[in-house]
Amino acid sequence: MPEILLSILILVGAAFTFVGSLGLVRFRDFYTRLHGPTKATTLGVGCLLAASSIYFSFDGDLSLHEILVALFLFMTAPVSAHLLAKAALHLKLRSLAPAPEEDGDTPSR
Amino acid sequence: MTRMLPHPLLTLTLAILWLLLVNTVSAGHVALGLLLGWLIPFATASLWPQSVCIRNVPMLLRYLAVVMYDIVVGSFRVARLILGRPSRLRPAFIVVPLDLTSDLAISLLANTISLTPGTVSALLSEDRRSLTVHSLDTEDAAAAVAEIKHRYEAPLKAIFESC
Repeated sequence: MPEILLSILILVGAAFTFVGSLGLVRFRDFYTRLHGPTKATTLGVGCLLAASSIYFSFDGDLSLHEILVALFLFMTAPVSAHLLAKAALHLKLRSLAPAPEEDGDTPSR
Repeated sequence: MTRMLPHPLLTLTLAILWLLLVNTVSAGHVALGLLLGWLIPFATASLWPQSVCIRNVPMLLRYLAVVMYDIVVGSFRVARLILGRPSRLRPAFIVVPLDLTSDLAISLLANTISLTPGTVSALLSEDRRSLTVHSLDTEDAAAAVAEIKHRYEAPLKAIFESC
């Protein structure tokens, strides 16, 4: 029984991670590409970590340090996405969406 | 009390973190975790100018549940957008005016926005009054702003800024 649950979790996790990466190829500008790997991947990694935790808990002792992996990932992934987006705005990369008005001396495109 | 134990919440968090890191719960490790949790805040005191307070624990738990739910639902939506026709996307920058004032609450809001699929926080204005968010597919920018404010900002304000 656990094998079936584990297989489902791993397959779902792998599928989401794959779809997230696929976004890099299919989206057309930097900002939309940012969404694929930072997002769909969150759920993908979550499923894989749940599978790991369940597998090792069945194997012997309760294994919960996967929670830490998820926690650190949830804290760091948004920060890197935010900084990438901020750098992209600063460099005025081509955007499908109209760029936001910037306050300060830099004129918006 | 406050001088001997400057950050009770941080102490508890570090102790739990330690137990998760060693992946065992034994009396020795609980003691060691609490000791580390007591000592480390002294070394990092300058990074935490004000102590964090959480007024509304049930609301915090509810907030976490809402975020988890949104991550799952949003992941499916983004996956569908990726597999659908990317040329049909309507990406947009939306500007969310902020009511939050504390640094912790603002960073948590920005983190939440980036974690929930479909939106990435991109720019915090210099005066900290508005947050520019890039949204993958927006039908109605005003509705998106209203949802962020209602769904994430209001609870964060109640949890962290009521003290």
